[in-house]
This record gives sequence, C-alpha cells and structure tokens, in this order.
Amino acid sequence: MTTELLVGTKKGLFVLRGDAAAGTPFEIAARAFPGDTVEFAIRDPRTGRYFASHTSGFYGPRLMYADDPTGEWTQAQGPAFPEGGDTALERIWVITPGEADGLLYAGVAPAALFSSTDDGESWSLNEALWKEHQAGDWQPGAGGLALHSICPWPGDPQRLAVGVSAAGVWITDDGGQTWRTGYDGIVPEYLPEEAREGTNTLCIHNMHRAPARPERLFMQFHGNVYRSDDEGSSWKELRAGLPSGFGFPLVIDPADPDSAYVIPLVGAEDRVTPDARMRVYETRDAGSTWIEHGDGLPSDEAYLTVLRQAFGSAGEGSGMQLYFGATSGDVFGSPDAGASWFQVHERLAPVTSVRVA
Amino acid sequence: MAKVRLRAPLSQRSGGSGAHDLPGATVGEVLRELERRHPPIVGWILDERGAVRPHVNVFVNGEPTREDAVVEPTDVLQVLPSISGGCV
Repeated sequence: MTTELLVGTKKGLFVLRGDAAAGTPFEIAARAFPGDTVEFAIRDPRTGRYFASHTSGFYGPRLMYADDPTGEWTQAQGPAFPEGGDTALERIWVITPGEADGLLYAGVAPAALFSSTDDGESWSLNEALWKEHQAGDWQPGAGGLALHSICPWPGDPQRLAVGVSAAGVWITDDGGQTWRTGYDGIVPEYLPEEAREGTNTLCIHNMHRAPARPERLFMQFHGNVYRSDDEGSSWKELRAGLPSGFGFPLVIDPADPDSAYVIPLVGAEDRVTPDARMRVYETRDAGSTWIEHGDGLPSDEAYLTVLRQAFGSAGEGSGMQLYFGATSGDVFGSPDAGASWFQVHERLAPVTSVRVA
Repeated sequence: MAKVRLRAPLSQRSGGSGAHDLPGATVGEVLRELERRHPPIVGWILDERGAVRPHVNVFVNGEPTREDAVVEPTDVLQVLPSISGGCV
C-alpha cells in the first residue's frame, strides 16, 4: 500500500511516495515551491484538499491549496492582517481541519489564529484572541512569537485550545468569541522563581489533544513534557524516564488516550539528539513510563535536530505509521508504531514539517 | 503615469507583463494601483501595512527608495529582489 508523505523543507515541499511495509526509501513524486521555506503542509482528509504554507525570502509568506500536490497550486485569500494596520504576517506555522464542514484553522506568527469556513479558500483573523495578544505582554521564543498548536475538540466546533510560544495555552468554549488562560503545574525554569507565579510567558513547544479522551492534552514544553486531564487547567510533569525534557515534536495515537511519542533533544543550549543517538520515546501509560525506540535509527555520531512540526503519523494502534524528518535532511519512518524504523529519504533540505497525506 | 518595471516572478503575477504605466504620487500609491489592477501580486511587494517588504528593493530612476518616496509622472520604478533576501 502506498503512503504519501508531505515533507516541508527549507527548500520547498517534497511529496514522497512509497510502501512503508517494504521498509525501503520512498520516491520523490514532486517538489513544489523550490527555493522557499515550506513551513507546513497537510491534506484535509475530509475533502482531499492539500494545503502548504511557504515563505519566500523576498516576497513573504502565503498559503496555497491544491487537489493534486504534484500539479498546480492556488494561492488562498489570506491569512493576512488588516490592510493599513501596523502588523504584517511573518509565517504560517500550522493548518488544522476544524469540526464543522469547510472549517479550518491557521496558526501564524506574530501569534494569531485565522479561520476559514470555505475549505481554506479565504481566511479571517480571530479578533478576540488578537485583542488578547495586543493587550497582553506576549513574548517570543527563539522561533518568534508563534501560534503553532491548534487542538479542536472532536465533534464540537465551539471548543478549541491553542498553544503559543511563548504566551501559553488559550482556550475557547464559544467558537472563538472569548478566550481564557490560566493553569497550574507548568514550571518555566527559564524564569527566576520569584517571577514564575502567575506568568503567562510560557514557552509551549507543541500540544496535542487525545481525541479518544478530549479533556486530555499532552504538551512538549521548553524543558519538560506535561499532561493535562482537565482541559488544560492543571498539568502534571512527565519528564521522568526521558533523557531530556527538552524537545519539539509530539505525536499521539488517536485510538489510545494514554499514548504519546516525543523526540527529546539535549536542551535549549544544545539542540541535538542526546548521546549522539537518534531515539524516539513512547508512553502507553499516560507518561508514567517511557519506552525507547531506536531499531533502525542512527545509533552513533548522530547529532540530529527534529523541529516542531517534523513528526507525523497515520493510522492507530500497533500498525500506526510514524515519520519524522531532521534538519540534516534525513527522513525516517516506522510501519509498526515505532518498534522498527527505516530511512525514508536522505539528503533533502533541512526538514521543517512532516505529515502523512 | 510612472513606469513600473518588474521581473519574474512578479511580472508573471502582474498579467504576464514586466512593464506597467501606473498613476500615483508615491511609491506606495503606485504599487497599490498595481495590486488593484493585478490582484495576484497582492502581498508580494507590499505587506499588509503598506510597507515594501524588507528584502525587496524599489529603485526610482536608479535611486533606492521605499514606499513613502515621491513619484513624478515621468519616473521609472524598478522592483528587484534584494541581495539580503533568499533562504539559506
């Protein structure tokens, strides 16, 4: 069975196709947007429409869509900030299908949420969250001030949680008309202790909801992994058993609310794989213990960096496919939920995102 | 009318032409008129604020300018990618 991967890189979008069960490298079916950074690409499973966000080093960011990723792409109307204002779009970090027909979300930098109700052809700024941004003291992380994680609530378009680096978690229960934040348990170790109480300068690196138990969220933070079982009100740290709490990517098995996969890096000052070994860590008990996976992955002299959106999956359970790409240009895949791995491709440009179409 | 000269990919997004005669009292006004006539170019030279993108250069009669520079009807505007742009 053919698997199609959408691999965003610093030098364009690569559409890779191959048979995961064969464990052999995938072929490049197409390369789009050559020369531009493709920050994110995804296929909306409801419509089959493909989306890609890319940024020209000269002409700025834009969102494109296509019915065939090997064919022509059409530029969407937006996302864009109001014309004549004092803000310009810098980057589109993520595109996420919503829970109503035609509904999609886009998270951007500077941190803002856009939505589309026409299958991604036109986009509108969420004014309520933008006002929170403007009223608050939102601080950027190393990658900028980014809204990069969007977590719909299965079956309910009114409920949504988003993660912002570095301005915490924001939640709406009314379709984005009002937003709230505030929670317990997250420890921003990069701030002095006396400055931590009540701060919202929280560097969320990634956040996903467990669709089978939607009140549960997993978060890769700047120095820890957390889980919330109450919609984000309180968080429990899960770092024990990991070589490092620092990292960016996060995947969960949609069928198992106790599951999460992370790819730790040494730390903020040395963003490479610990002990020069490429390893993926899996929990199946909600973060109490972690299983190390490395069969088929580089085990020595591997100084790799895997970015925030560069880890994707398809399916569920023991047959779930996992794929990630590194800034080295290497892409790896697993046909069996992480038990074994193979090299999907090598020598691409630095990988920024990986999603299964 | 000021004369605007574009190269690919901007010319491709401007009706396939690299030469346009456009009204406007400033560089920004001329480029907004280009956008009005050719919507596919919206966002490529000017951002939402109306500013020329940081890694795009606009020359008027060979002199580097930005969006607020005054334009005379006989002026020639050239829009070129900056050497500071691109993606490494």
